[in-house]
Amino acid sequence: MKNIQEIFSDLKEKFGDAVLELITTPPFESIITISPLQIADVCLFLRDNVELNFDSLVCLSGVDDANGKTIKKENGDNVIEGGTLSVYYHLESTNFRHKIILKVSAPREDPIVASVALIWRHADWHEREAYDLVGFKFLNHPDLRRILMPYDWEAGHPLRKDYKNPEFYMGMKVPY
Amino acid sequence: MALKTEHMTLNMGPQHPSTHGVLRLEVELEGEIIQSVKPHIGYLHRCFEKHAEAMTYPQIIPYTDRMDYLASMYNEFGYALAVEKLLGIQVPERVEYIRVIMGEFQRIASHLVAVGTYGLDIGAFTPFLFCFRDREMILNLFEMTCGARLLYNYIWVGGLSHDLHPDFVRNAKEFVTYFRPKVKELNDLLTYNRIFIDRTTNIGILPLETAINFGISGPNLRGSGLKWDIRKDDPYSVYNRFDFDIPVGTGLIGTVGDCWSRYFIRIREIEESLKIIEQALEQIPEGDVTSAIPKRIKPPVGHIYSRVENPKGELGYFIISNGTPNPFRVKVKGPSFVHLGVMNELCKGHMIADVIAILGSIDIVLGEVDR
Amino acid sequence: MGLLDKQFANEGIVISSLEDLLNWSRLSSLWQVGFGLACCAIEMMATSASHYDFDRFGVIPRNSPRQADIIIISGTVTLKMATRIKRIYEQMADPKYVISMGSCSNCGGPYWEHGYHVLKGIDRVIPVDVYVPGCPPRPEALLEGLLKLQEKIRNESLVKKTA
Repeated sequence: MKNIQEIFSDLKEKFGDAVLELITTPPFESIITISPLQIADVCLFLRDNVELNFDSLVCLSGVDDANGKTIKKENGDNVIEGGTLSVYYHLESTNFRHKIILKVSAPREDPIVASVALIWRHADWHEREAYDLVGFKFLNHPDLRRILMPYDWEAGHPLRKDYKNPEFYMGMKVPY
Repeated sequence: MALKTEHMTLNMGPQHPSTHGVLRLEVELEGEIIQSVKPHIGYLHRCFEKHAEAMTYPQIIPYTDRMDYLASMYNEFGYALAVEKLLGIQVPERVEYIRVIMGEFQRIASHLVAVGTYGLDIGAFTPFLFCFRDREMILNLFEMTCGARLLYNYIWVGGLSHDLHPDFVRNAKEFVTYFRPKVKELNDLLTYNRIFIDRTTNIGILPLETAINFGISGPNLRGSGLKWDIRKDDPYSVYNRFDFDIPVGTGLIGTVGDCWSRYFIRIREIEESLKIIEQALEQIPEGDVTSAIPKRIKPPVGHIYSRVENPKGELGYFIISNGTPNPFRVKVKGPSFVHLGVMNELCKGHMIADVIAILGSIDIVLGEVDR
Repeated sequence: MGLLDKQFANEGIVISSLEDLLNWSRLSSLWQVGFGLACCAIEMMATSASHYDFDRFGVIPRNSPRQADIIIISGTVTLKMATRIKRIYEQMADPKYVISMGSCSNCGGPYWEHGYHVLKGIDRVIPVDVYVPGCPPRPEALLEGLLKLQEKIRNESLVKKTA
């Protein structure tokens, strides 16, 4: 069983610049940040390497970091510009029982991340949900379309911090 | 001259008597053999994660109830554990024991509904009535404690909302003695029934490699042969003080990983839960259940991922806090959402009637799929 | 019931008005479309099980809306589902009745404030006859809702127009 410091040095040795840094936040667990377009290669290595053997993706979550500038428009709405959106990956190995957390940050205006859906089939629906609710675009995903909202929903991505509700949808009044 | 054929698309639409809620399955058929199944979900998307960002930590608990409405105690349990780890507080022993007792009763109630409705889907009406009759007694116990039958708001961050009623322990022990022989009755009615066995064995076989790759957990993973239970492998609360067994699919009838073994594991788990409840009722200490509830919850900046063994699988809460009384992000990993993704793999090559048998055996609840 | 006390003794003849007879026959066998959405559906299933028993009021579940008289909307209605509910309601044959069960289908329930995908009350889409409050309502509350619907049907008239 390896600890996160050893895994970080293994990854840094193999992938160099794609692996960005190890963020430690005691008493909580540490996070390894990876660049968004190389995450698929890193994950393939983590799954297939004999000593690491991360065969199970536990959770994949999309988060709106809301760390840009909030601008007030003329009609009273608040819009966030700049900043990042992040995806967190929790991985675990059923043989060795070690766990790590990976984080990927992409710019808010153009959030493109490589998809891991072909490595762990578990990620398929989780990535569709991250696309639907937060707005990521996953490269090489087998079937990227909305999953929870209606297929013709045009009002944006609901879990963003500056999302605004439409007034009507197909003739039905949406607010209370 | 070759005949021109094409596949037929059949819609098992959101209103359907056997889809356990509002689920739409788009089935592509060649004659009666299934080529692919595409589930369409989102008909019950109730915006839990958006509500969680707008409410304070204690106010989220009634919303967690309503996600998997058949196992509400466990949803609250998982959430309370996650926030307590984030805050770093310890709850009294009595609270831990009561949470375990309520959680295991809830596991029995949830499995009874799963078994009863599975029989109903296959075509047997009587086990449904028997299961609901026994479930009413468990709901009476819950109502005695916190006043509600289905959605409790009982397990709070740092403790519980009410202490146990003075008659609770006696009634719980009576229920356990009453219910043990009823499991045998259920086995005679359904588990070893010739028709049931013909309809569920060798259907929907889930190999172990596929199961781990798809992230399957709970009774479905144990049905494929892996002995993995979070109560033993990553223990939380006081589960490490009890002596219970983890049932695993062994291919007793049919093959390992088919619908019958997943179903049989649920029946065995009911028996194991009765054992845990008996031990907990003997060992429960005295104490005050509300003493550790914090007046105001304002956790430090950080993140936590905490998981519990829901009756349906692994329920995980990923909470990111930014130092304010409202969470920054709460992501729920519901087991039913994950299990529904594997439907296409399981159904290929079977007949239409088997789709219902497979869907019933993976035991989903649409509230958790759509959140 | 008002029907059986007007019979001539031992003759097997019952006298009643046509309205009373029609209303009595309609309210005694209301067949429902099996339509459960969310948590309230579990309480509806518990009401049809043997402890509370819907069947003694004549209510049995039918699978198709064409064979049903009553639809019990139990659970949260989302925007995606609302168009389908309208389609099912239109497929039912007259006379048809709607019971809205639970707080979510009455007015949006606990999701009224931040629910971007929740329809705040099914009465924005179809007309409702009886509202049953609760979250979820107890089986006894649903039975009372059914009895109130039966009372409403008993007072219907062939001559006066209903809403």
